[in-house]
Amino acid sequence: MTLSRKMLLAASLAPLLVFGVLAVALYFGLQQDPSTLPSVLIGKPAPAFALGPVRAGDGGFSRDDIRGKVVLVNVWGSWCGACKMEHPYLMELAAGGAPIYGVDWKDDPADGAKTLKMMGDPYVKVGNDQAGRLSLDLGVTGAPETFLIDRTGRIRYKQVGPITPEVWRGTLAPMIAKLEQGQ
Amino acid sequence: MIPEIGRFCLYLALGLSIVQMAAGFVGPLRANPRIMALSQSAAFGQFLFVAVAFAILVRLFATSDFSVMVVAANSHTTKPLFYKIAATWGHHEGSMLLWVLVLALFGAAIAYFGRSMPDTFRARVLGVQGLIGVFFLLFIIFTSNPFVRLFPVPLEGEGFNPLLQDPGIVSHPPMLYLGYVGFSTAFSFAVAALIEGPAGGLWVRYARPWILAAWICLTIGITLGSLWAYSVLGWGGWWFWDPVENASLMPWLLGTALVHSALVVERRFSLERWTLLLSILTFSMSLLGTFVVRSGILTSVHAFAVDPARGTFILIILILATGGGLALYGLRAPGLPSGRVFGLFSREGSLVLNNILLVTITGTVFLGTFYPLFVELSGKDKISVGVPYYALTFVPLAAPLLLAMVIGPLLLWRKDSARGWVARIGPGLFLAFSVLILTGAATHGRNLLLALWLGLATWLIVGAALILVRRARIGQAPLADSLKLARALPMATWGAIIAHLGIGLLVCGLGGATTAKEEGVALLGPGQSTPFIGRQLTLKDVSTGKGPNFEYVRARIDAVAPGGDVIHLTPERRFYPERQSETTKASVRETPFGNLYVALGDQVTDGRWTVRFYSHPLAIWIWLGGFVMALGGVLALVGNRTQSGPRTGDSAAEVRAGSRPAPATATAPTGAEGVA
Repeated sequence: MTLSRKMLLAASLAPLLVFGVLAVALYFGLQQDPSTLPSVLIGKPAPAFALGPVRAGDGGFSRDDIRGKVVLVNVWGSWCGACKMEHPYLMELAAGGAPIYGVDWKDDPADGAKTLKMMGDPYVKVGNDQAGRLSLDLGVTGAPETFLIDRTGRIRYKQVGPITPEVWRGTLAPMIAKLEQGQ
Repeated sequence: MIPEIGRFCLYLALGLSIVQMAAGFVGPLRANPRIMALSQSAAFGQFLFVAVAFAILVRLFATSDFSVMVVAANSHTTKPLFYKIAATWGHHEGSMLLWVLVLALFGAAIAYFGRSMPDTFRARVLGVQGLIGVFFLLFIIFTSNPFVRLFPVPLEGEGFNPLLQDPGIVSHPPMLYLGYVGFSTAFSFAVAALIEGPAGGLWVRYARPWILAAWICLTIGITLGSLWAYSVLGWGGWWFWDPVENASLMPWLLGTALVHSALVVERRFSLERWTLLLSILTFSMSLLGTFVVRSGILTSVHAFAVDPARGTFILIILILATGGGLALYGLRAPGLPSGRVFGLFSREGSLVLNNILLVTITGTVFLGTFYPLFVELSGKDKISVGVPYYALTFVPLAAPLLLAMVIGPLLLWRKDSARGWVARIGPGLFLAFSVLILTGAATHGRNLLLALWLGLATWLIVGAALILVRRARIGQAPLADSLKLARALPMATWGAIIAHLGIGLLVCGLGGATTAKEEGVALLGPGQSTPFIGRQLTLKDVSTGKGPNFEYVRARIDAVAPGGDVIHLTPERRFYPERQSETTKASVRETPFGNLYVALGDQVTDGRWTVRFYSHPLAIWIWLGGFVMALGGVLALVGNRTQSGPRTGDSAAEVRAGSRPAPATATAPTGAEGVA
């Protein structure tokens, strides 16, 4: 079999075309840097949800649990490395009284429970979102992500990536303090 | 004053890289040896000035000169000198300077060691290398200048990310960059070959040592990074498919494919077109990785300070370099001669399979890494891309690759028969199945996955040994003859044996540590103990103390076996006041059979401590396997250097016997023979 000249030319130019498409995608991706892009839901009410339990024998996590409170909803998974890096700091924040709720995303509840047993459990309530339904409604792009929800159930802020001391002191803590005073 | 000298050195280096590029392209066109020699001198000069700039930055960090912005932002007077120096590349600006330093080092090394190359070709290679240097020096000067001053000068620096205060920072990034950036040579040689026109695959002969060197460094760099993550992150993981890890894995996968396809071009004059493309793509992956890390386009634990201008700049570099390279390829490749004929069931055929699988694996890692981005752009459904994705895609593709990599080296070049091959492969099959069944029986059939992994590892290790058995005719010839043959084996063959052995060891480690791991957690007060994997773990005491720039809580834990053998472990938690953050320092006892890994968690209200413990059987072989693989690369490189004289003779009998690969010479026929 010998390749015809035309086919050979097409095959030789194909990588360039593929790369062209990729470059365009990367260009637009750069415009929508996920760490600065606010969730489309910012300022809007969080969707209704009721998630099954992660910890054996507890009631899971539903929207009613956070009604009238200022809370952080942390999306994580036992498979997520960055979540494991974030975890000790969540433990520290929880020990200091921060109201952190958890959504165990795309994860087997048993794996999620094991992680909490091994690494500690910072969550007031935690629910399993194995199907990814809630996370889809929230516009989650990856784990970990953390949503700040106010007393009226509106999403006020979305943190993409781990909560670091800088993020906590510079953004989340002041916002929480303001929301708690404000109403 | 000193920072200004550093800045000035960068300008001079930029000037020289422009000279290197221009002279490298113009010299061969004018056929002017003096212009071509200028490109060489400029490469030395560029390296000299980048090295001086880098040395100046090291000095600024060592002396804690907080009048320089990056020093103030990333260092602290209380930090030990060792980490002050390492902080030079522990942040965006400094690590980009290291990037360019490595680039310039490779340029200068090509200018120095590449004397055996034709002058025009060397000049063009240096021209391309200089062009990349121009891009990245402009990037540093305009968006990431490490010598920017800060006023007013602060009395104290802001400190260093405590996670980076580990001996790993000294070796991991420089090694990784030597590999990552070293693949620029593959790009430069391929582009120079495309500009020059068909040269019968000769360019591969010149490029191979550089590609190998980069591959060795990248292998070591990734292994060191994995080892570092294991000890410092405190949860016993060694790889977690983070975008930045993937960014280093993708060039490694393509680089591995490249090392193999280069073999075919060099020995058999086939796959030249493909190897050109692969060379361009390998370095493109390095550029893409740099883009991912610096632009913050994907969320990662490794992310540096994000600045959209930097992302845009690197994207432009990526588009110009990769786009330019691929366009040139598109124009030139159809004109290249087709390679020699080979059967599918042959050494070449197996190397093609190797390439197809490695490229497909790279594709899945690429898709997994960028999926969140593509999904976001299309505004559709989202999926999680984590370990489950890679378990589903990576493993089914890696398994045939690992199975085939034993078969390949035992096949003859050009054409082989199934019957002869089965006889050669027999011992490997027999031993692999024995281990599979024995492991299965020993674990009472409860851990069949472990049996599969260990069977696969045996297959690989025995397969590596079979190369030696075959080449030295062990068992077929008298022992003295076999010894003589083994001693006469080319270093490159030893390299292949050792590198394949390394993969076997790696698979052994991965198998043990993933399928037979145990983990546990307990709340322990001083004097209390808990059983774990047949040992009694006792918390002796918990003490606090002060390190140079941190406070620590250290637990002493003894793990006592029934026989009385005691392992002393001292996990720590460290608190760094200047950054108000904590790190975990796990304590690991490593043995060839498995690791006992203990991490100290929080103290609960009743005063007891959370202690996490893990057992990772055979884990040490993950990293030893990586280093052994790199050692194989070193042997191949040494062989390449000592045996690089022009080889003559193209004995078909020799080729068929498989005792010695056919040599590639400039005079050998390269005409189009078509593909069978």
